Order: sequence, then structure tokens, then C-alpha cells
Amino acid sequence: MPFEGKPLSPQRRRFLQDAARASGGCVVAGSLLAWLARDARALPAEALRPPGALPEEAFLSACIRCGLCVRDCPYDTLKLAELGVDAVATGTPYFTARDVPCEMCDDIPCAAACPTGALDPALDNIDDAKMGVAVLVDQENCLNFLGLRCDVCYRVCPVIDEAITLETAHNERSGHHALFIPTVHADHCTGCGMCEKSCVLPEAAIKVLPARLARGSSADHYRKGWEEKEAKGGPLVEGIIDLPDRLPGPGTDNLAAPGGFAPTYDLPGVGQ
Amino acid sequence: MSTRTHMPVGMEAIQEKGWVRAHKYLLLRRASQLLFLAVFLLGPWFGIWIVQGTLAGSLTLGVLPLTDPFILLQSAIAGHWPEWTALIGGVIVLVAYALIGGRVYSSWVCPINPVTDAANWLHRRLDLPKGWQPKRSTRLWLLATVLIVSGMTGVIAWELVNPITMLHRGLIFGAGFVWAMIIAIFVLDLFVSRHGWCGHICPVGAFYGLIGAKGLLRVSASNRAACDDCMDCYAVCPENQVISPALKGKSGSTPLILSPDCTTCGRCIDVCAVDVFKFTHRFDDKVAAPTDPVPAPDPRAARPI
Repeated sequence: MPFEGKPLSPQRRRFLQDAARASGGCVVAGSLLAWLARDARALPAEALRPPGALPEEAFLSACIRCGLCVRDCPYDTLKLAELGVDAVATGTPYFTARDVPCEMCDDIPCAAACPTGALDPALDNIDDAKMGVAVLVDQENCLNFLGLRCDVCYRVCPVIDEAITLETAHNERSGHHALFIPTVHADHCTGCGMCEKSCVLPEAAIKVLPARLARGSSADHYRKGWEEKEAKGGPLVEGIIDLPDRLPGPGTDNLAAPGGFAPTYDLPGVGQ
Repeated sequence: MSTRTHMPVGMEAIQEKGWVRAHKYLLLRRASQLLFLAVFLLGPWFGIWIVQGTLAGSLTLGVLPLTDPFILLQSAIAGHWPEWTALIGGVIVLVAYALIGGRVYSSWVCPINPVTDAANWLHRRLDLPKGWQPKRSTRLWLLATVLIVSGMTGVIAWELVNPITMLHRGLIFGAGFVWAMIIAIFVLDLFVSRHGWCGHICPVGAFYGLIGAKGLLRVSASNRAACDDCMDCYAVCPENQVISPALKGKSGSTPLILSPDCTTCGRCIDVCAVDVFKFTHRFDDKVAAPTDPVPAPDPRAARPI
């Protein structure tokens, strides 16, 4: 018994008690804070960060919530999230494309105003901004998909013909019209939200989503055969025999027989 | 014990010096707090852009950046090295408060101070028990916790709850439910814990106390010989553990209140009817000669525990 006959120091006892109490309190307070921190990272899909914003995790370590970007935004696009009202981390800047989209100022005043670099000062061309990616989410209600020539999202796009193009397709319904399909090219889309803001429908059929929701990704080992072939200037595997294609027509075995395949259209060289 | 001990706190000072002189530094402080709020509000309210931003980070007249060094520290620990603008702004604020005294921020700038002052005023009027009194070092523990959580989560942790920047930003940009948080702090200081928030919990105050521990602006009990033990200074002081070493020190000890906890609010100067305290710098440790021909006896040495 090492303590026998030696009175325990009350200071020592008190120190241990205080230290235990303080560290216990710290663990509780720290856990609550950490829980709030995890919560803060859940950025709603309709909330877009200003141009040049670091990826969300890095953004919350960099943004001091001063509001200088909001002040320098000439179009009142940006606002600071309010406690308990907006689901965005309180005090951080964001915009809602359907309310006020980003006008893509050439001098990017919001990023220039950021004192900490939460909005990356290395962004010098607004066309390189990646605030999100527009996605035509509702093909059933989009007027262009219905065969009409609305085209508004295409017309308002600040990067027209690069970020959004109109791709023609056959209109199966009428049988003799074209569909002009608004098609977003993510490489060029800045996520400014002009298309979403301008969509004439009561609820926009085209929406800007954060890239994490809008995009898939190609596997590293995938190669596009046609691109590789073009780059090489010839077939990728030498000596492959090019078998004849089984086209309908004279001399082939899949026509004319009763019940056989009979196209409703004329192929060139058929029926001569 | 004189009958004065049973007078309401500060009443004797009002009788002796008049209401205005007995509230001089309180009025100046409210003016200062209003001024710091007003320069930020002139822009959004009246289009006069002297200062843009909030207390977290601001730009004055388009040239002078100021940044809260505590937020920058959390940001750095969370893994982001700020750009020069923020760094320069942070250093300016850091140096300014290190020179003047860190907790000048708490009593002359912080927008939460009027809230907790009001709660404490009512607390005193209602003569409520002091309630839950955690150790004064709690805020230092919390400060360490905030820094650790910032490092572990990669988020500037205290800004998730900081009522100072939330209130300030709320007034300038739109408040949301910040008022609920302000009421919570008011209730905490009124019913749960006397001087609870600013005096025990707030890690921002703790941080500024640390950086300004050697600040120049100090309160001195230089005229401590005149003290008549009315205890009014202890009653109004939000950090009244700082008074005794200066006021009740043995002769020869410094009359300066050197504790970094002192917010240099000057309330003790206001409420003292015999003008024991004054504002001075930390190298002025002169003690006024006692006017009483019979010197006050040295206080008894404390009994060892």
C-alpha cells in the first residue's frame, strides 16, 4: 500500500476533479460543435456558390462570412444565408438561380472582393467558372421536347452555342417535323443559372445543379474506340476481317420471304 | 459596514458626482458600440459606404482591410491559408488590440455587450442569485475545444454559433432567427448564470484577452487609500475577480488592474463615489498618498489552505 500513512493532497484531488470536469464539458461542447459543422456542409442543391468558390468542404474552412462579395455584386444576386431561414450554412454567400441568376461580370467583382480566397482569385475568366451545371431535368414538360420552338434557355445562355446547343432530332409525333433539343455541354456551362431563370414554365424544366448531382464520371480506363481510331488513322487491331453487313436487299437472305423483314422506307439501291 | 453598503449600487456615486459623471464611461461605451455598428450600417441603410462587410472581415473606405484574427486562426487550423488581404487585416487587428488591450473589444466594440449588460442590470435590480458559476477558465477550455473542432472538421467552428458575428451580420444583412439566440443569451445571463456568457463562456473574449494580456490601457486603483469598502465596484464589474489584487493589495504592490480578464469598461470608475479608479497606461503604477492621516492597516495575510 504505497499511500498508507501518507495523506492524499486535497489540491491534487481537486485538480483531478476539475480537469475531469473541464475535459468532460469540452467533449460535450466539442461534439455539439462538430455535429453542427457536419450539418453545415449539407448545401441544398438549389443553393449555388459564387463564381470561383472552392469546393464546399474547403469553402467552409475559408469563408469568414464577412459579406464583402455580396456588397460588390452589382446585380444583388448574392446573399448571405440567414440563421434558421435558409438551409445554407449561416452567413455564407449563395444565390438561387431561379430568383436572381449570376450575370457573369467580366471582372468577377465578388471573387476580387473576397479577402480570404474562399472565392479563388486565380479565376480570371468568368467563362471558366463552375458554379454548377445546367441539366434539362424535365423532358416531358420542356416545350422544345414537345416539338415547339421555345428556345429561351438556349437564347439567354451567355455561352450560347457552346454551353447549350440545339440538337435536331426526328419528331415521332408529327412524323415530319424536327425537335430542337436544348443540349447542355458541361465543359462550357458555368452554372450561371440564366437558363433556369428564363425558363418560361411555372417550374423550370432546366435547372442548375451542383456538379456532384449533375454529372457522372467516366472510368479512367475507358477509351472511345472511334476517337482512338481517328487518332491512330487506321484500325486499332490489324488484320480484322470486315464481314459484309447484313443489309436487306437483293442477294441477302433476310428479305422477301413471307413474314420476313420488309422496311417501310427505301434504302438506296433497293428495289431497282 | 456603513449604511451606504445597503444603498442601491451606484447611488452614492450619483449623489456625489451627478448622474452624468456617474455614468460617464458607460455612456461613452454605448456611444462607441453604436459608432462601430453605425459605420457598418450607414452603407446598407443610407448608401454611405464608409465600411463594407461585418466584424468578421471588413473593408474601410475601399483600402483598409480588417479581419477577425480569431476567425483567421480557426480557418488556418481548418486547413485554409488565407490570402494576403485577410492576413494583413488580421495582423492590423491583432496588433491594435495587443497594444490597447484585448478585451477593449469586449466592452467597447462587441454588439453582444449591451445585451449582457442589460441582463446583468436587470439581474441586479431583481436581486437574483448568481446561479451557475463555472470557472473563469471555462472560456479558455472552450477556446481550445473550438480550435480542435476546427481542425478535426475542417470548418471554422465557432462561426457556426458565434452570437457576436451573427448579431452584427444579422443587423447588416438580415437576421433570420438570430434574435432567438440573443434572447437565449439574455436569459442565460439573467436567470441561469450571472455574467455567464461574457464572463465564463465566450471564447472570443478569451481569445482577445490572451492577445491583449499586455495591453497598454489599464484601470488603476491609484487612489485606493480612499476606498471606503462600499463594494459597488465589485457589484458592477463583469470580471470582479480582477479588482482585489489592485484595490486590496498590500502597500507597495501595484494599483494597476493587470489581469487580462479586465475588459477596461470603466464601470468601476463610474460607480466609485470617492474616485479610487482611473484610466491610465500599464506603466503608471503611482499610488496616490492617503488623504487620511491615519494609514489604513495592511490587509491580513491570507490563511494558507
